[in-house]
Amino acid sequence: MTFNVGLMIELAVQGIINGALYAMVAIGLAMVFGLLRILHIAHAGLFAVGGYVGVVVTNASGSFALALVTAMLVVGLCGMLIYRFCYEPILSKPPYVALIASVGIFLAIEEGLRLVFGDYGLTFARPQLPGSFHLVATVRYAELAVVVMAVVLFTALALFARHTRAGMAWRATVSEPAMASSFGVDLRRVRYLNFFIGSAFAAAAGVMVAVLNNVVEPHMGAVPSYKALAIIVIGGFGNLQGTLIAALLLGIVEAYGAVFLSAWLDRDSVAFAAMLAVLMLRPQGIFATAGRSGGRRWRIGELFRPARGANP
Amino acid sequence: MSAYEASLLTLVAINVMLALSLNLITGLCGQVSLGHAAFFCVGAYSTALLAKAGFGLWITAPVSIVLAGAVGIVIGLCSLRVRDDFLAIATMGAGFLVVGVVRTNDALGGELGISQIPAPFLHDVFWLVACVAALAVGTVCWWVKQSWLGYAFEAVGADEVAARGVGIDVAHYKLAAFAIGTGLAGLAGCLYAYYLTSVGPEAFGFPVSIMILAMVVVGGMGSLVGSVLAAAILTLLPEWIRFVNDYKLLVFGLLLFATMRFFPQGLYPPLVGLVRTVSGRGRA
Repeated sequence: MTFNVGLMIELAVQGIINGALYAMVAIGLAMVFGLLRILHIAHAGLFAVGGYVGVVVTNASGSFALALVTAMLVVGLCGMLIYRFCYEPILSKPPYVALIASVGIFLAIEEGLRLVFGDYGLTFARPQLPGSFHLVATVRYAELAVVVMAVVLFTALALFARHTRAGMAWRATVSEPAMASSFGVDLRRVRYLNFFIGSAFAAAAGVMVAVLNNVVEPHMGAVPSYKALAIIVIGGFGNLQGTLIAALLLGIVEAYGAVFLSAWLDRDSVAFAAMLAVLMLRPQGIFATAGRSGGRRWRIGELFRPARGANP
Repeated sequence: MSAYEASLLTLVAINVMLALSLNLITGLCGQVSLGHAAFFCVGAYSTALLAKAGFGLWITAPVSIVLAGAVGIVIGLCSLRVRDDFLAIATMGAGFLVVGVVRTNDALGGELGISQIPAPFLHDVFWLVACVAALAVGTVCWWVKQSWLGYAFEAVGADEVAARGVGIDVAHYKLAAFAIGTGLAGLAGCLYAYYLTSVGPEAFGFPVSIMILAMVVVGGMGSLVGSVLAAAILTLLPEWIRFVNDYKLLVFGLLLFATMRFFPQGLYPPLVGLVRTVSGRGRA
């Protein structure tokens, strides 16, 4: 294959767009893992629910913005319910118990969507954000919106974590749960908050995927979420900064890999090959700063570095 | 026995083999694997290719076991680098990788898979062959569990550091668990290829790996009887709840959740407890 600059740029742009989507899905998984050490497979279901709510509300009300907000709120609430009724009662059990329970919920959500809305999914009555523009590479407005959305959401999250009391309590809990608790942080509220934010981000990603493909289907959550699991490994479990970078990297690697490795691997396994390579070379993840023995010392603080060196 | 029952029984036997083989790795040795379907896949494809080349069950079954075991050792070697959740994700990645390679490889039939696998020896009573194989796998697992090997596995599963402290070579035993467990999954794959007479990549995806793990966890980690029971129940359940027809996967998912929610140790330990209570009362 000849070297083609146009193609290279096109692929990089595609990679960034996918990376932004993966980041929005993976951040929720990383947050749940960082706080509770649970592999939250049901996150995939929440992502799909987000997409469905987005399409249904847009078609009913005609307002895409309203749909996006509704999806994030509804799905955030669903995330909290899943925590309350699924994970909280089995927190003390080994992590695979929660994993299987989570798979059960995921199956139920997928099937629920299929039963209510049919096998073939739903489409927007009128495609959202149509058209495209050309700037170095051809980019659809919907794709630009994905990247903008990711940037806005992550900036908002960083500001929230740094500058609000709830955000500080959250960071404190993630890095030192016992200490935070003794300082009067309500751990349960922090966990609810954690699930709400993570799920709302997944919902935003779901809505954006719906816009990109102009369709939502019951199984839409599976593949992005499996990849999100790979991402949180590459990023160093529970390390949010690492997760974001890993998501972008994976999006880009995958975009190139899908073209240049297509004879040996399909698109999805490129992501997992990259993940395995990382695991073999750096079992603690590329961006992990502490060893695994570091226990629950998850480096959320590193993403949202305190304004004035308050964090030793 | 009707064809339907025979077919169902074969499927139960295959799933029992899968659950038992994963139980060795995950239940006894404590290495949670989310990619067990990959070895199932290797076994099934080995058999499919060999059977189409004219070899009989006597060749395909051992070759499937050896090939799956070999892949298992490779994955096992990788698994020595990682632990716990990392291992779970690494095996999940390995599962996706195997299916990805199969999907893109034309020699393996690509997306379409391999069909028209010739019938094996004794294909009229294939359910019997499958049951005998499941029994054999059960015997192997029982033998491993009660042997010195099984004690070492359980020690590694319970506390790796302590096991190393009392002089158990953790790495070797982990590899042994992977080799035996994945080899047995290869045997299950061999029978599955004959059972379906066709194999395709979608039959060995992540959901299948999860289902096998679910059998082990629902049965109760490390318990042979539990694994067999859970494999049978989880295979037959979708058939039993046919009356809910369209809702069967929904009900299945909710039951899986409810089992974990209310019986986090799996169904077998509370079952034993129940039997003890009942028989205890009987005596009193």
